[in-house]
Amino acid sequence: MKAMRLVLMQLKYQERAFRRNPAAAFFTIAFPLIFLVILNVIFGGSDLDVGDRVISGATFYIPAIAALTVVNSCYTSIAMSWVFDRDGGVLKRVRGSPLPPWAFLVGRIGHAVILMLALLVLVVLFGWLFYDVDVPGQTMPAVLVTLAVGAFAFCTLGFAIAAVIPNSDAAPAVVNGSILPLLFISDVFIPPDLGTPAWVGHLSSAFPVKHLSEALQTAFNPFTTGAGFELVHLGVIAAWGIAGLLFTLRFSSWEPRV
Amino acid sequence: MGEAVIEARGLRKRYGEVEAVRGIDLRIERGEVFALLGPNGAGKTTTVEILEGHRTRSGGEVSVLGFDPGRNEVALKERMGIVLQHTGLEPYLTVAETVDMFRGFYPRPLPLDEVLEVVGLEEQRDRRVRRLSGGQQRRLDVAVGLAGDPELLFLDEPTTGFDPTARRGAWTMIRNLRTLGKTVLLTTHYLDEAQALADRVAIMVRGEIVAEDTPTGLVSADADAVIRFRAPAGVDLPDGLGLREAAEGLVEARTAALTRDLHALTSWALAEGIALEDLTVSRLSLEDVFLRLTDESGAEVAP
Repeated sequence: MKAMRLVLMQLKYQERAFRRNPAAAFFTIAFPLIFLVILNVIFGGSDLDVGDRVISGATFYIPAIAALTVVNSCYTSIAMSWVFDRDGGVLKRVRGSPLPPWAFLVGRIGHAVILMLALLVLVVLFGWLFYDVDVPGQTMPAVLVTLAVGAFAFCTLGFAIAAVIPNSDAAPAVVNGSILPLLFISDVFIPPDLGTPAWVGHLSSAFPVKHLSEALQTAFNPFTTGAGFELVHLGVIAAWGIAGLLFTLRFSSWEPRV
Repeated sequence: MGEAVIEARGLRKRYGEVEAVRGIDLRIERGEVFALLGPNGAGKTTTVEILEGHRTRSGGEVSVLGFDPGRNEVALKERMGIVLQHTGLEPYLTVAETVDMFRGFYPRPLPLDEVLEVVGLEEQRDRRVRRLSGGQQRRLDVAVGLAGDPELLFLDEPTTGFDPTARRGAWTMIRNLRTLGKTVLLTTHYLDEAQALADRVAIMVRGEIVAEDTPTGLVSADADAVIRFRAPAGVDLPDGLGLREAAEGLVEARTAALTRDLHALTSWALAEGIALEDLTVSRLSLEDVFLRLTDESGAEVAP
């Protein structure tokens, strides 16, 4: 009970602080929609071959932007905020208080995941209203499980990359530099049938973003028959998540590195 | 002897080849305001961070409120408050929300209004943290340290970078802590701060405690006084008093026998028919003691 109260309190104050920085909040919320609109304008006009089926560009971009949202809400925001809070002494202050570290962490992760879910609802609604893209029905469990596995993996990877970032000045460069190239080669920004060389596909298959985007494509695809679980992709994402977790437990720190 | 809140014996901290803390002993009793004074890099913060549980020690025995701080126990953290050198608070929360959030971490927190009153932030209670002045932010740091009604409060350089008014405000606040009966371990590199606030002062230089006493004790343990006056023109100064030239055309002598030496000096001046302009007699200040101690131990380790 006491643990629950501590976590809820963390969430309450996190959410309050988020709301009170309207410029940051607006762009956090608008970011996936801006990408959705721009990518649809550039690449969404024609139908696409995804796997063995032909779907509209707009249908492709809803799960693609969902993958982007998972990466952004978990990996990018957790890595950035962890490094900034570590350098600013926030983490050290928490460490000196009786608040259990896990309660602080659950608060952090909870805030990221709640924000992620809100943005995903927004993206799906936006697609349904303006691009006539169906909301997943019988594959909804697969959507939710894929999102859960993705959120787990990209949160732990966010903490893991934070552990190797030396200071907050380096954070944006390291975080963006590590994730943006993957987003470009993992069928998130650019659809797969644009004549990308095969080796790019092999390269991206080594990393989790590609597996997340493919698993979400299947789960969101209106033509998917069956439950839509991509077990191999989910397995690869989960493996990355566990690796991230182990790395974090071994190398993460709460002390400023100055 | 009262109850020891902090006790350390032979405390050491080594960073690779460098020994930042070289075997110090400390004993701080309940209700005391104890100042750890020393130049930058003396090992004050390292010492305090070991006592807070932020760093591990390389050697020695440490007990804080009966706990070993190295074991990171919640039961200890519930009874102490830590005010770090650098602030790290959520800028978009208000003063009251910030203190309330930290109060929520402790089993028996101090009432919010009482915390704000002690640190003098009642009028800023609904102001966002980012809109506070530097001095107010520092006082909020102290408020956060006090939120859990700690028995022991660590204050690491609470007034560094303050203007004189803000410093006086902070001093008043620290004196309020004493009336609450808190034990306070204060680090500072300001001598006047230690002199104004502390019951006892330990001077730390290069990882060692070189002197420890009450502020007045530190000064009077050294019974010496200093005689200064403006050097008269065209006269040879008397021998035997140890007179030497000082800054701004003054001459000075340090003496352990003030009455005798002053008598000798004034008799000589009368006999010579000269006035001793700008004649002053002063006790050594804490600063003189401090500078001498830091010089001496500097000479010890210098190759």
